[in-house]
Amino acid sequence: MTTSTRGADKVPAVLVLEDGRIFRGRAYGSVGVTFGEAVFSTGMTGYQETLTDPSYHRQVVVMTAPHVGNTGVNDEDPESSRIWVAGYVVRDPARVPSNWRSRRSLDEELRNQGVVGISGIDTRALTRHLRERGAMRVGIFSGNALPDDGTMLAEVRQAPEMTGADLSAEVATKETYVVPAIGEKKYTVAAVDLGIKGMTPHRMAERGIEVHVLPATATVEDVYAVQPDGVFFSNGPGDPATADHPVAVMQAVLERGTPLFGICFGNQILGRALGFGTYKLKYGHRGINQPVQDRTTGKVEVTAHNHGFAVDAPLDKVSETPYGRAEVSHVCLNDQVVEGLQLLDRPAFSVQYHPEAAAGPHDAAYLFDRFTSLMDTVLMEGQRA
Amino acid sequence: MPKRSDIQSVLVIGSGPIVIGQAAEFDYSGTQACRILRAEGLRVILVNSNPATIMTDPEIADATYVEPITPDFVEKIIAKERPDALLPTLGGQTALNTAISLHEAGTLEKYGVELIGANVEAINKGEDRDLFKGVVEAVRQKIGYGESARSVICHSMDDVIQGVETLGGYPVVVRPSFTMGGAGSGFAHDEEELRRIAGQGLTLSPTTEVLLEESILGWKEYELELMRDKNDNVVVVCSIENFDPMGVHTGDSITVAPAMTLTDREYQVLRDVGIAIIREVGVDTGGCNIQFAIDPVDGRVIVIEMNPRVSRSSALASKATGFPIAKIAAKLAVGYTLDEIPNDITRETPASFEPTLDYVVVKAPRFAFEKFPQADSTLTTTMKSVGEAMAIGRNFTEAFQKALRSLEKKGSQFTFVGEPGDKTQLLEEAVRPTDGRINTVMQAIRAGATQEEVFEYTKIDPWFVDQLFLIKEIADELAAADKLDPELLAEAKRHGFSDQQIGEIRGLREDVVREVRHALGIRPVYKTVDTCAAEFAAKTPYFYSSYDEENEVAPREKPAVIILGSGPNRIGQGIEFDYSCVHASFALSDAGYETVMVNCNPETVSTDYDTSDRLYFEPLTLEDVLEIVHAESLAGPIAGVIVQLGGQTPLGLAQALKDNGVPVVGTPPEAIHAAEDRGAFGQVLAEAGLPAPKHGTATTFVGAKAIADEIGYPVLVRPSYVLGGRGMEIVYDETRLESYIAESTEISPSRPVLVDRFLDDAIEIDVDALYDGHELYLGGVMEHIEEAGIHSGDSACALPPITLGGFDIKRLRASTEAIAKGVGVRGLINIQFAMAGDILYVLEANPRASRTVPFTSKATAVPLAKAAARISLGATVAELRAEGLLPAHGDGGELPLDAPISVKEAVMPWSRFRDIHGRGVDTVLGPEMRSTGEVMGIDSVFGTAYAKSQAGAYGPLPTKGRAFISVANRDKRSMIFPARELVAHGFELLATSGTAEVLKRNGLNATVVRKQSEGIGPNGEKTIVQLIHDGEVDLIVNTPYGTGGRLDGYEIRTAAVARSVPCLTTVQALAAAVQGIDALNHGDVGVRSLQEHAQHLTAARD
Repeated sequence: MTTSTRGADKVPAVLVLEDGRIFRGRAYGSVGVTFGEAVFSTGMTGYQETLTDPSYHRQVVVMTAPHVGNTGVNDEDPESSRIWVAGYVVRDPARVPSNWRSRRSLDEELRNQGVVGISGIDTRALTRHLRERGAMRVGIFSGNALPDDGTMLAEVRQAPEMTGADLSAEVATKETYVVPAIGEKKYTVAAVDLGIKGMTPHRMAERGIEVHVLPATATVEDVYAVQPDGVFFSNGPGDPATADHPVAVMQAVLERGTPLFGICFGNQILGRALGFGTYKLKYGHRGINQPVQDRTTGKVEVTAHNHGFAVDAPLDKVSETPYGRAEVSHVCLNDQVVEGLQLLDRPAFSVQYHPEAAAGPHDAAYLFDRFTSLMDTVLMEGQRA
Repeated sequence: MPKRSDIQSVLVIGSGPIVIGQAAEFDYSGTQACRILRAEGLRVILVNSNPATIMTDPEIADATYVEPITPDFVEKIIAKERPDALLPTLGGQTALNTAISLHEAGTLEKYGVELIGANVEAINKGEDRDLFKGVVEAVRQKIGYGESARSVICHSMDDVIQGVETLGGYPVVVRPSFTMGGAGSGFAHDEEELRRIAGQGLTLSPTTEVLLEESILGWKEYELELMRDKNDNVVVVCSIENFDPMGVHTGDSITVAPAMTLTDREYQVLRDVGIAIIREVGVDTGGCNIQFAIDPVDGRVIVIEMNPRVSRSSALASKATGFPIAKIAAKLAVGYTLDEIPNDITRETPASFEPTLDYVVVKAPRFAFEKFPQADSTLTTTMKSVGEAMAIGRNFTEAFQKALRSLEKKGSQFTFVGEPGDKTQLLEEAVRPTDGRINTVMQAIRAGATQEEVFEYTKIDPWFVDQLFLIKEIADELAAADKLDPELLAEAKRHGFSDQQIGEIRGLREDVVREVRHALGIRPVYKTVDTCAAEFAAKTPYFYSSYDEENEVAPREKPAVIILGSGPNRIGQGIEFDYSCVHASFALSDAGYETVMVNCNPETVSTDYDTSDRLYFEPLTLEDVLEIVHAESLAGPIAGVIVQLGGQTPLGLAQALKDNGVPVVGTPPEAIHAAEDRGAFGQVLAEAGLPAPKHGTATTFVGAKAIADEIGYPVLVRPSYVLGGRGMEIVYDETRLESYIAESTEISPSRPVLVDRFLDDAIEIDVDALYDGHELYLGGVMEHIEEAGIHSGDSACALPPITLGGFDIKRLRASTEAIAKGVGVRGLINIQFAMAGDILYVLEANPRASRTVPFTSKATAVPLAKAAARISLGATVAELRAEGLLPAHGDGGELPLDAPISVKEAVMPWSRFRDIHGRGVDTVLGPEMRSTGEVMGIDSVFGTAYAKSQAGAYGPLPTKGRAFISVANRDKRSMIFPARELVAHGFELLATSGTAEVLKRNGLNATVVRKQSEGIGPNGEKTIVQLIHDGEVDLIVNTPYGTGGRLDGYEIRTAAVARSVPCLTTVQALAAAVQGIDALNHGDVGVRSLQEHAQHLTAARD
């Protein structure tokens, strides 16, 4: 534990939004330039999980919690092999990490991984701005010689937008890998990686599932080559409107009636596979405190969210789809956004939020059991047939 | 599934008088609950003996019973009102224990009253240590996490001694079952300590049960606030981390929300365990608080305890997050579910949306050890603080420094000038948790301690330690800088430095720093507490300041009145002042003003975001208030700032605010000075021809002796410029006068000692009045039970006065008017008089709301504080009479003969304090105020009202049994008649030899018992102290012997406190008690609601 002198590292940094609003602070993490979509996350814990969640690819994440980095960085909590956020915005970074599992400081980790950040700005003002104006492109510029504001703004406006971005392939595994079941193996699941978080296969493995994680480009043949008892579509970054390939694969899975579960991006793909549209939310849901009601039981769960897009499905009625009747199974109580879909005639369901919950509360972990029981039912029916 | 339709009326039990561990937070909770239940269309019946609460305002409930919260009285209320349900979870441990007693006695069943909010099984599972251990174990079986500290349950001292062996030795923690605020618990490092703490714990526990536990001293401590509805939905409202590690009661710790040093995985484990516990315990329509300890070495999680009810922490969590736990708990209790209840602040999200914070909240405790010099000031697992301040900032340092300056106590803020002292010595001092340890730690850092050393000695988490270093580094930069450049100044402000601190470091006056800062354009902005970290727009203007970029204060049209609250509760300035501030807010809102409340006390109703139009949760220092006034002046017109209602805190700011151009309304600051300054006030009295006791000022013993010789002993001596009678003493002889002067370190030429003639045997009278410049409204006249010389806050009093006649009242009225006029009051004034012989002396006048305003208002059914607020802004008494806020004619000095008699009794915190040897502190009343709260007894005659006040404060007066009498010589004459009455009521008298002799000569037989100093008799005769400990005495009368036999009396009185035997320390109290006993023995004591009393009074007035 060393006492770093406050402000020894007073490298200036500027955050420039595409609508021209500018915040001035200090460099955090790597010094340099970065661009992305500005989004805010309201979780008060779990920055390590957030940073390493592939769904944040190409996004600059604003932490609404003012103190970040207090517990340092450990080797157990990352959700993937690297930090994915395009940039990081915090108000008061920790100078000294404190936790029995901490291995290094967050600042160090961000620098090691080349992540450009900014600290010391009014993150609440920025959050309010994004809430009112919607998520938008942003640039962070840090260093001792910065271009003038106009130049920076022009650069931000040239950065690619999130709408229309097809990003799954950029974050997903290139090679199939297997997460073995913990304890006795009951089932095999083919998990299509669109940006999967490490906790997801782990939650399945805990339930005796051997998970074959396939690249985003996996074909129907690849999926069935592992002889799956169930198929899973993961979370991931980008605009679901571009995900034609996974939609086609999912439709084939639905056609064959294999038990299917989707999370987040996987929920949007199920929506599209069923013929619903998707749309971009004004500023998305990113936090670990969102109340979602399971409409099948009426119960409310507090859930982890990270989505900027949502499925446009009717809340008030059962829809007819090419795969039989479908309904909205979960809804966010804050704004009535569709948070889950289920087919009534085939073994398929999905949720828009994160039951694997890393970071976040474990209230929705039952959905993994629901997936297992779908496979149980199909298995029993198969035996009976 | 909305509200239950089978409940039409509900009885809510309050928490009674303010005591350490159970304070104003339950008024906040209870008031919210009552309002919600009424809004739901239920008939609300309330019982609470504490008149200083907002919840006992007649408009909060349908039927308000200011009656003792004992199973007996509550049963009478149930029998009369026949409520469908009883809600016991909002009145602290008092309400919960009363409800359990009523259940066990079969009363609830008998009257068909359903317990809502928590069932008996859940209460027992949460409160009973053994059952709770089972709960934790069951949770561990289910989810694999959470365990209890290893422990043993003991019911006797033998169990206790054996238990230590089972646990593997000392230190161990002792926790008595079913006591509030951790009363009686503590750490034992050896057998002597163990015997003392456990012995006391066994006595305190209603079930004679203590838990002995492995020590987890120095671990990290956390709390979660949870709520659960009938559909099993659970939300975690808030996490709280204790800055002080395990070993200090959470009420005495500096605490921080949200938790600062947990990873998500660790936090989720606490959440999972918390949810599993609330389910296992079975709290199914309400909230609970769960405390955890985490081993900083490996993260082992121990569940310490849970409270299956709304608690002090839940009030804090409500203020910290904007999520009103008590309100939601009340809704859940009547059948709503979390998803059906909208969040007031966002109005679009439901209560099932867990709050998330984009700021840091720090709570700091306020202690009163200076009032109890004998008491051991070490902080332990028994709560000792009397109040708290909360502050909000955009980072820890900002919130922390704001919290420390909110404490408004000399030395509470960090200081960075002067020699810090010796590092090692400071570190060793910091090992012992005390009030102000944090300042010792800062001095150790200044003296060169490393972060590792600070952690090693204090176990304060390294992240917090680094924050202290950060503060110190900025102080160093401020000291070293050539000039105060904008960047450095902004940085210092961003980390919570006050102008005063910066000035001290730079050798500048505070106002100079402020001028520089304003010239540089460095001002705070105000952010909103919105439950959701700005994800949704907030509709409720609940603000805190921060040195950040964007201001969120919206413009307004209506003229605003800014009301300055009273800050952290302390002895002498408590809930009574909050009551007046809240009333002002209500009255001014009704009169068309926009009300703006400023306060930093999280326990209060004033800091409920529902109370005023705007709430600023800010320290009450000149700097912070000036910035708020500035921010509000940019938002719209300001009609005025009210400083008169929050006690000394805002009053002390009055002149400086005025000097800074702030429109202070009501009594002008010059008038406040006129009343406080001896010379100026003396002139007011002289002009009005009113006598004051002879007095003089001195700076040396010789000077003081000369004055005392002239005016005669006894004299009342006190340092000048003190509050609450601090350091005040009645001196009977020269020897004591000499030692008093020698002991008083504060005496100097600029701070002389005041020597007053002490009026022995005088009747003390308190008057609350309103004055508008032309007309006086006499609010009420209170006659003290105890003689003059006992601080008015500690003495019982009766309203209307019981022995004063019409002529006396006339004189009081005339004197009050003369003083109010002479001083220049516009609003409330409180005057203390002493009637000695036939002369009415003026003791002091306070041109502000007094401690007795709520009592007077309730006793006379007139809202004095509301009227005062209106007068401050220009209304006249005549207008207010016309409007109906004041009675059309008559006033509090002319109550009808059949008006009810109200008795106020003070509640003392004796049982909370021990000296360093573990013995109780003395309980003798004196001129220095030491009570924490009060109760009111109201009935048609004095005796019954007095008996009720005693039942409410200390437990019922005995109606038969053995009374022990031992009085000072000067009291022996006045003891005879009451003693005779006791005998007539069948009491057996016990007395020490001297008193017994006097009794005998007067024809009263008393059994002689041995003094403590005499020891056990030859045939094993017990001493009086042993008799008390053995429960063989039902009533104790013990008046102090001046300086002589003090020790003997001390042991008697502390034994009385330990055994909860009524102990009267003045003969006047004895006389009143005899009337009370007489009333109790003569037939049934009934209950009557304030609304019924008011109706009766109004009818009689017309």
